Amino acid sequence: MTPTIVAHLGLIFVIFNMLVLSAAFMVWLERKVCAYIQDRVGPNRVGFEGALQPFADVIKLMFKEELRPQAADRLLFVIAPIISACAAFAAFSVVPFGTETTLFGLLEDPIPLQVTDVNVAVLVVFAIASMGVYGIVLAGWSSNSKYSLLGGLRSSAQMISYELSYALALAAVIMLAGSLSLREIVMDQDGYWWGVIPRWYIFLQPLGFLIYMIAGVAETNRAPFDFPEAEQELVAGYHTEYSSMSFALFFLAEYVNMVTVSAVAVNLYLGGWLGPFLPDWLQWVYFLAKVFLLLFFYVWMRWTLPRYRYDQLMEFGWKWLLPAAVLNLFATAALVLWLE
Amino acid sequence: MVSLNHYLILSAVLFSIGTAGVFLRRNLITVLLSIEVMLNAVNLTFISVGRYLGTVDGQIIVFFVMTVAAAEAAVGLALVIALFRHRETLNPDAFTSLKW
Amino acid sequence: MDVVAFYLFAAVAVVSSLLVVGQRNPMYSVMLLIASFGALAGLYVLLDAPFTAVTQIIIYAGAIMVLFLFVVMLLNVPREEAAVGPVTATLGATGIRIGAVLSAVLAIELVWALSRLAPTRFGDDAEVTGISSVARIGRTLFTEHAFAFEATSILILAAMVGATVLARRER
Repeated sequence: MTPTIVAHLGLIFVIFNMLVLSAAFMVWLERKVCAYIQDRVGPNRVGFEGALQPFADVIKLMFKEELRPQAADRLLFVIAPIISACAAFAAFSVVPFGTETTLFGLLEDPIPLQVTDVNVAVLVVFAIASMGVYGIVLAGWSSNSKYSLLGGLRSSAQMISYELSYALALAAVIMLAGSLSLREIVMDQDGYWWGVIPRWYIFLQPLGFLIYMIAGVAETNRAPFDFPEAEQELVAGYHTEYSSMSFALFFLAEYVNMVTVSAVAVNLYLGGWLGPFLPDWLQWVYFLAKVFLLLFFYVWMRWTLPRYRYDQLMEFGWKWLLPAAVLNLFATAALVLWLE
Repeated sequence: MVSLNHYLILSAVLFSIGTAGVFLRRNLITVLLSIEVMLNAVNLTFISVGRYLGTVDGQIIVFFVMTVAAAEAAVGLALVIALFRHRETLNPDAFTSLKW
Repeated sequence: MDVVAFYLFAAVAVVSSLLVVGQRNPMYSVMLLIASFGALAGLYVLLDAPFTAVTQIIIYAGAIMVLFLFVVMLLNVPREEAAVGPVTATLGATGIRIGAVLSAVLAIELVWALSRLAPTRFGDDAEVTGISSVARIGRTLFTEHAFAFEATSILILAAMVGATVLARRER
């Protein structure tokens, strides 16, 4: 057990806990922001300003009865939330959030602040996100209920439609950076133009950033694209028949997916952990701040915008977002050729 | 030490499993799935021999094989849907009207 | 370490392929095939082809299998009944004899071929292991194989049109 291996295991432990805590934090953030948007206060009984509310929710969910419909396909019914949660966590494993650190000189070689450093990291995130579709489809099918089946089918059709625009926005960034590794893409955004504007890709690719965020919101089934799980339409869509910890796993998967999409967006477009004034080993603070900003936008959008109807959603994805993403790719290719 | 022979034998085993599936199964969808198993075995052969010879051509051929497999799966499934609408069954033994 | 990984992935691939072919529920077959694809992607990573591994997950496990899953769910494919009668009933006596002879020939041929295997090792130098860079694949794909690339795009277009026309409800 060399110190490097211990450091890696410790890092994995820290990242995993960070993701779970961020999901809990998102629950609280969502309820508070929703409350203030709706001109009320939100949870304020449990802990200071309701900060312990997510933990109370988790304890309540753990004590609920675990139901299973009698005609449900037993194996698939149990596996579906597991697939969702595993895909959500696995996608974060290649996202870097800081420079290489030696833990204040305890290690000889620096370890990068991420679980692994693959040189096709962008594609790995995309691949694991496309595996998350199966959790939803299997949940919808195995519940053996018409609301679940409709919700599952619609949700998976929506996800695979918006994956195309997601991939094209990624392709434009890859063209600019010349590499598929997330760490290299962030390092390419180092430095400033004219000393004051940081070299972030969002200034080179405003349309690309917009396309990526819209596709990301659709991928995570959040408003305004959450028709498949809309309470007013479909009871609760694909997780109608789930209760207790399975339901908690779906919720966890949704919030961790949001965090992953925001983290990848920060790495691709907003310069990752780069920022002025702080020393190298503290720059992950910038990363957290930028991810928090994007997550706040997510929650803000949910409680402000009305929901898209399903056919409007599919029409928007295929007729507007996909051509826009292709145009963005052409424009980026022209820009890259012009800059050389 | 894992040599090229290991990969080729594994690929042969997978290919024969796929072939057995195409011959023995009485469900059109499972037949299509067995065809996908065979295509994957061939992909494994291409990649391992490409690695052995030190070229990148193996991966390029696999790229094309994957694309063709996607196109074939799409058209095959469309045919299955059309057939199911006619006979309400997916058993290939039910589609014998061209037999003489 | 590589050997353990190879045998692990190979075992998963073979067992899940056997179950795909062997068991009756088509929904389980599709999920088991996805597991098989994942194991093969692991094998591609062992063979220094990470781009192909990730592409396999994205295209095969992420898109083609979703198509299969949709068709299985929408057609509500029932569990398959057993094959109609034993296969040997349709063959007849001479058929069984010829089949036995052919199987014996195949078995002898296999044993002979496997006993004459020479060990072939993979090259280790950086020239060989560096071949998996995405840039190199892209360069070769768009220069030497550009015609095949363009022809594939027409193939996909034809497949899209064909699938839409074939699956349409007749009016």
